[in-house]
Formats: sequence, C-alpha cells, structure tokens
Amino acid sequence: MELLYASCVGLLVSCGVFLILRSRTFPIVLGLTMFSYAVNLFLFSSGRLSINNAAVLGTSSEYTDPLPQALVLTAIVIGFAMTAFVVILAIRGRADLGSDHVDGEPEKDKKVNV
Amino acid sequence: MTLLWIPLLSLLGSIISSRTGKLTRNQSTALTLLMPIIALFMTISLAPAIFAGNVIRETISWIPLLGIDIAFRLDGLALLFVFMILGIGILVIFYARYYLSSKDSMPKLYAYLMLFMTAMLGIVMSNNIIQLWFFWELTSISSFLLISYWWHKPEARKGAIMALIVTGGGGLALLAGLLLLGNIVGSYNLDAILASREIIQAHAWYEVTLILVLLGAFTKSAQFPFHFWLPHAMAAPTPVSAYLHSATMVKAGIFLLARFYPALAGTDIWFILVSLTGLTTMLLGAYIALFKHDLKGLLAYSTISHLGLITLLFGLDTKLAAVAAIFHIINHAIFKASLFMATGIIDHETGTRDMRKLNGMWRFMPYTATLAMVAAAAMAGVPLLNGFLSKEMFFAETLHQQLLGSMSWLIPVLATVAGALAVAYSARFIHDVFFNGDPIDLPKQPSEPPRYMRVPIEILVALCLVVGIFPNFIIDDILKAASFAVLGGYVPEFKVALWHGFNLPLLMSAIAVIGGLFLYTQRRYLFQFQASMPSLNAKKAFDDSIYLITKWSQRKINDIENGSLQRYLMLMFVFVLIFAGWPLFEMHQLSGQKELTPIDLHNAIGAALLMIGAISTVIWYRARVVSLLMISVVGLMVSVVFTRFSAPDLALTQLTVEVVTIVLLMLALFFLPQHSPKESSSLRVVRDLGISAALGVVVASICYALITRPFESISEFFLANAKTGGGGTNVVNVILVDFRGFDTLGEICVLGIAALGIYKLLINLPLLLPVRDSEGRLWAKERYPILLASISQSLLPLALMISFYIFLRGHNLPGGGFIAGLVTAVAFILQYIAHGSTWISTRLTINYRKIIASGIAIATFTGVGSWFYGRPFMTTWFDYFDIPIIGKIELASALIFDLGVYITVVGATLMILASLGQLASGPKEEVKT
Repeated sequence: MELLYASCVGLLVSCGVFLILRSRTFPIVLGLTMFSYAVNLFLFSSGRLSINNAAVLGTSSEYTDPLPQALVLTAIVIGFAMTAFVVILAIRGRADLGSDHVDGEPEKDKKVNV
Repeated sequence: MTLLWIPLLSLLGSIISSRTGKLTRNQSTALTLLMPIIALFMTISLAPAIFAGNVIRETISWIPLLGIDIAFRLDGLALLFVFMILGIGILVIFYARYYLSSKDSMPKLYAYLMLFMTAMLGIVMSNNIIQLWFFWELTSISSFLLISYWWHKPEARKGAIMALIVTGGGGLALLAGLLLLGNIVGSYNLDAILASREIIQAHAWYEVTLILVLLGAFTKSAQFPFHFWLPHAMAAPTPVSAYLHSATMVKAGIFLLARFYPALAGTDIWFILVSLTGLTTMLLGAYIALFKHDLKGLLAYSTISHLGLITLLFGLDTKLAAVAAIFHIINHAIFKASLFMATGIIDHETGTRDMRKLNGMWRFMPYTATLAMVAAAAMAGVPLLNGFLSKEMFFAETLHQQLLGSMSWLIPVLATVAGALAVAYSARFIHDVFFNGDPIDLPKQPSEPPRYMRVPIEILVALCLVVGIFPNFIIDDILKAASFAVLGGYVPEFKVALWHGFNLPLLMSAIAVIGGLFLYTQRRYLFQFQASMPSLNAKKAFDDSIYLITKWSQRKINDIENGSLQRYLMLMFVFVLIFAGWPLFEMHQLSGQKELTPIDLHNAIGAALLMIGAISTVIWYRARVVSLLMISVVGLMVSVVFTRFSAPDLALTQLTVEVVTIVLLMLALFFLPQHSPKESSSLRVVRDLGISAALGVVVASICYALITRPFESISEFFLANAKTGGGGTNVVNVILVDFRGFDTLGEICVLGIAALGIYKLLINLPLLLPVRDSEGRLWAKERYPILLASISQSLLPLALMISFYIFLRGHNLPGGGFIAGLVTAVAFILQYIAHGSTWISTRLTINYRKIIASGIAIATFTGVGSWFYGRPFMTTWFDYFDIPIIGKIELASALIFDLGVYITVVGATLMILASLGQLASGPKEEVKT
C-alpha cells in the first residue's frame, strides 16, 4: 500500500517535471498543476496513511494527524491562486510578445544558444 | 549613557543639517555645528577618567545568541581619535561655510560630512568588532558620497568609484579577518579579543587572519600598492580632502593597526609585513609628491608618505615606536588639515591649484602665506614645530630596531632619504607658490580670503606651534593615555622634548633639511630625469583591470544566464536532483520499521486511474484540450485519495478547486494556441525524460522512506484541545481558524493579492481573440445552451443553501469557510458559463475587489477584537446558548473569522474567472496562431 502510494507520488512528480520542462506556457501550467498534486499528496502523507480515522472528534477511537491536512488544505487553495496567476501571466505574455514560448520567442528565431 | 550619545548626536546632526535647505548659510552652519560641539564637551567631561587609566564601556544587548551587541568603549586611543574627529570636523564645517560657492548645496555637504563623522566615531568607539566593521563600511560609503559631491564632474565620479572599490574591497577582507578573529577567540567583544593575544597568535589561522585585517587597514590608509585611490579622491571639495583624506578616514586604517596592536602585533610576520609596507609607501609617496604640479596632488602623495611613516613605526619592534606613531598621528592631522585648508583658500582665490601658474602669492595674501608656510614647515620637520618632534622620535626609533638583521642600518638611511624628500616637497610648496616670480595666467585676481575662512587654519597652526614649543603642556596626558591603550597597559618611559642634546637623530634631521633643500635647488635635473621615465599610470592599470574583470564576468554571466527560462528550470531540477538524491545513497535502508498495509482492490483501481490520467496527460500534451481533460482525471483521483485516507476536508476542497481550475484553464485555452508545436529535439526529450524520471524516483523513495517510519506528532495537542479550547470537533477546521489562525489570515491575503495581480495583468490587454478554432472552423454563434441556462438558474439557490450549510457545520464536521467559499464560487461560475458575463453584469453588479478587501478586513478585525478583551491577537471565544425553539447552539468568534475566509475565497475566485471571462466576450478579430 505504502509502496503504491509512493509510486503514485513519484509518477506525478515525473510527469509534472517533464511538462514543466516543455517550451510552451500551457504545458508548463499543466505541469505545475500536476506537480502541486504531487506535493500536496507528499505533504499529506507525512501524517501517515490511515483509513476511516478522520480527525473529527467523536467519530472514531483513533484519529489521523490533522496538522498536515490543515496545511495541505490551504496549500490547495493557494495552489489554485498560483495556477491562475501563472496562466493569466501566460496569456498576457503571449499578448505582449506574440508567442507563447517560455523564452519569449521560439528557439529558431533566437541568437543565443540554448 | 553619555558614550552612546556621542555618535548619536553626530547622526542627529546629519539629519538636522540635511533639513536646513531653506535657512541662510550662517544659520545652517550654526545648526550643524551645534551637535558636534555638544559631543565635544561631553567627551571633554569624560577625559579625566580616561587619563586616570579607566576604560568606559556601555552595552545594549541586541542579538546575544550571536554575540552581537551594540557596544561602545572609550579608552585612551579612542579618546584621542574622538578629539581629532570632532575637533577637526568642527573646524572643517566652519571652513566649508566660506569655501562652498553659492551654487553648491550646503545641506548636502553638511549631511554627508556629519554622516561620515558618525561613522568614524562609531569605528573608534566600537566594543564589538562586527559593529566596528559596520561603521568601517559606512565610512567607505560616506566617503563615496563626499568625493562625488560635484557629481557633474567625471573625475569626481571616477575618483569616488575607485575609492569605493578599493576601500570597500579591503572592507570585505577585513570582515573575513574579523570573523576569523571572533571565531578564534570565541567572542566578537573587543575587550575579549585584546586580552587573548596568546590564543590568537598560537592559532593555525593567525597568519591568514592577520593578512586579511592588514588588507583592510592598508587599503583604507592608502598603503602601497593600494595607494592610488587617494590622489583621485582629491576630486572632492577641499574641506572633504582636509577632513577625510588627511586627518581622519585614511587614519582609520592606522587606527586599526593601533587598535589590534595588543592582540596581533609582536610576531615576525607582523613586523615584516607592516614595516616593509610602511617603508615602501613612505619613500614612494615622498618621491612622487615632489613631481606633482597640482597642489592637492602634492599634499595627497605627502599624506600617503606620512601614512607610510606611521605604518612603519607600528612595524618597528620597539615599544617607543608605537608611542612615536601615535604622536605623529596627532601632528600629521593638525598640519595636513591646515595645509589642505590653505590650499583651498589659494584655489578659492585664484581659481587654480597648478604650481606652474601659481607664483609670488606672498604679495597678494601675505597672511595666508604665513600660515601655510608655518604648516608646511611642520610637514618638513623644522624645529619649533610639532612635525619636528615626532620626526625626531621616528629617527631615533629607526636606530633602535633589529628588523633586517645585519642590514638594519638600511632603515635609518632610507628614513633620512624620505625626510629629505619631505623637506624638498615642502620647500617646493612654499617657494613655488608664494615666491618664485610672478603668477602666470591666473583665472582670477588673487586677494586675501574672507576673514573667518582663515580662523580654522589659525587654530591649527597655533596648535602646531604650541605642541612644537611646549610639547608636554597639552599633549602629554592624551599621548600617555593612548599609548597605554595601544601597548596593552604598559607605557615605556619617554619624554617628548625639543632638545635632547647633540645626538644621532638630530644629525639625521640636519642631513634631511640640508639634503632636502639641496634636492629642491637641483629640481630641474630631477624633473628632467623623471620626465625620461616611462609613465606608470596606476589609474589606467586600475581602469584596465576593472574593464577586464567586468568583461570576463559578463561573459561568464552570459554563459550561465543566457535568457532561456527553459534552461534555468532544467538546471534547477538537476540541482534539486543532486541535493535531494545524494542523502539517499548515504541511508542504510529505505523502508522503515512500520508494518506495511496490504493493497486492496479499491486502492489498486484508484491508483491505476491516477497513473493512467497522469501518463495520458504527458502523452497528449501537445493536444492541449485532451491533456486538460486527462489532468482533470488526476485531480479527481487525488480527491478520492484524500477521501480514502481519512481527510474529508481535503477531499471537498480538492474537488471544488478542481472544478474551478479546469474551468479556468479551459477559458485560458481560448486565448492560447490549441496545440503545442513539436519543437524539442529527440535528444532533449530523452534528456528531460531522464531528469524527470530520476526526480520521480527520488521523490518516491523519500516518500516511501517517510511513510514507513513511525513518528511522533505535535498533533496530540490539537486533538486534545480542539473541543475544550477551540470549541469544535473538526480538528482540521479548528486548526485553520483557531490554533493557526494567523497563518490562515496570511493565506487569504495571498489569495487576495493573487486575484488583484490577475486583475491588473488583464487591464489593457491587447486582445488576441481567435475567430476560428484550431481546425479553422468558426466558433458557434449559439453561445449559451438553453438547457444549461435554465437548469443552472434553478440550481443557484440550492447551491447557495448547501454552501451555507457547509459553512455553518465546518467547525464540527467537514466543511468550513474555504470549502463553502469554493462551492459558492462554483455555483456562480456555472451562471457565467450558462449565461455569459454580459448577461450577469446586467443583473448583478459586484465589485469583487471590495469583496476581497472586506473579507480580509473581517478576518483581521476578528483577530484584533481580542485586544479589546486584553487577550493576544487572534484569541478566539466561544460559548453555548439555549435559544427557544431552535435549541442549544454554539457561537464562536472563529465563525466570524471563517466568514472572512469565506468572503475572500468567493471574491478572489470569482474575480479571477470573471475578469478573464469578460475578455472572452469582447469583440473578436482574426489572428494567426
């Protein structure tokens, strides 16, 4: 179970990083979104995995760790704000620069070596 | 608290004088003079205690854990410098009143001068070496500001930058040296360091420390080979040169030698480094001074030479040499400051400082000439003047040292040569300027300066004479006290006197005077010889090296920072990989002691869906809509994961955020190309796959190692106190609105700021609205499906009611402000989707910015409210009430806080989507994608 969970987190990281390394803005936004899923799951798991032990008093005999949950909850909301900001920045960048390449212009038009 | 007030008054003076722009010049000068005069009287009141052998200390604790305090200390050496800094400072301020022309800003000069005074006082009075260093750098900065006072002149700017680079660079070396020193001793306290001579000198790092500290001292005091900045600093107004570049700042390096003399001196390496540097500087400075045509240039090189002399004295291995050094510090400050001021008068009255033009000034300004001649004679070391006394002591000490073994006789010989050169350039200063025929092409008709402009020179020249004739009368106490501090409590028997009988030092003086005058008479041949030498231009060498360094750095920067964000990201990930992956190889075992739980069918299916979603997103990433749909699968599965592993609040949040995110990205895609072009080479794809796969493995390993280990959590506290202390059973929500409420307040602020940032980004956006989709088809005219429109309208009240319910129950059951806010936002977004923003804006005019602001305000004031009950910020309150019919309910102030969260979330989310949506409904034009 733990192994499966860790593999999922690892896979999300891999996919996220690969997308972040692309050259156009939109895949990067997707990559960041994916990466934040992974980070949230990772942080969440630092409270260890437990089933049917929600941290609502009086519902069970044992409770899972509520602190990582509280942290992740705000992280999700802020992650949304960040994604929104980045995607709007991408729109603005494309409008101002005429290209959605992350370096402002496609590579073949550039003078410097990448 | 007297001690602290001395630099504080000076700082206050700097602020006051910067505000005197509207006053007359006399008022401005008087106001500026007020503070240093008070400080001077305070210092005088402290002097008797210092003369009695006491050290006054004052400390304010600042960062005790790091050993950093605001600490001041006044002993004999510091007292001497404080007197010089304040005394000459007062005279210079007074003098500058008459020196500055009506075009120059007086408050600016005064403010900088007083700032510099503060910095110098700070250096000499610090009892903490980090604090000392702070003031040390402040002198470099204020000196930069003062040299570039006439910023419209290129040579002033260049000179300022050169001085800043050299002294600032030395300052960095000094910082390294002081940190090492503090590390060796285990304290940054000066008292502790001065008492740890044995520990420091026995330490393996002693040599490195010493060289670093000396680098700081030598750059500041313009010692060879760092001397070149001082002549270029002469582009400053003359009062500044008199104050900084002869009397005080260049003495800061010397002060450092004297200050650390008890702790660092006494070893062979000290003697060799300090004495040879001093000797070279002394000879070189005196030689070059002879050939300078610019009066200030001559004085600058003479200053370098005299600083070299003092340094040499600190490098001689006799106790009396240190006493002679201190004595010469005083004398040099007095006669050199007066000479600079006299030069300023000559420059002021004739419009030039070129000695080839200035001749026969005696006829035009006999009074000033007399004063300048007395001061120049003191510089040359003529009997009856103060310069003679310390030069005699210097000559005597050169005879007593054993520095160079059997070749030690070289030092007195070279000292006599330097003395002769000093006589020669002093003679040139007197003869060329005041006699030697008639002036040539003067820009102005020379005359005596305003009466009061001479007063500071008169005072200083009078001191030259009084010290020279009655040395014991005023100088004895301060000299003994300062020597006492430098020599660490032991003062050798010495007697400063005019007449010691016929002895070797007197003979050396005589040779120097006669030789110097002879040199001056034969100057024609010397000048010819000098003209035939290839010119060694230190400034050019400096400029060239700066140019080379800048060019090299620029090239290196271009190599690393080539403007490709894509590459930066790649490099960052590689570094993350190295730093996060490395410790894994040093770990013995990945899995921990915790027993693994078995995989059940539900989890396996969920994990499979999540993985398929993630991989599909990557595979179809170039078809953007497809990958967006795929990533939404991942998001949904993440919320399922939260549900499964006992996190209902997270699951609800993730679910609603997912809806909002996907809608937003879908909308954004309208403004962006629908497809990503195929750009990356196969090689790059392989490289990126490698990096991302490796990073995935590393993170998975860390995650696995983490969750298979048992742990101790601080959450026991939250679980135990949520009901009794926070009044709620949903611990996650209680943490958010109560225990960690301050964090939440910060987070909703971030949310609000992000929304405002988006709002600003979208203002004046040049529209690039596509008329056709990527396949070339026109967008459908039927924008809003009727079915959705009618259903969504009837759903709205229901959704609002649900969100209200989720909000209310949040404290005790899964829910709360964040989730309720998102649900409300989703309900409204559905209206936007179904009807379009034009339809909404005709029915509902909402200023989302005000909503966000009011949300944050509510949350903040809930926190502030607890102040009115005498509790700390964000203390919550709750109680239970019995209301007829409804029954027993709980009211908590946390609920109002949560309301603030709710309103902010609704406002921010809707503002983001509505402002983008508004754009989409604007006019369309054809664009190429």
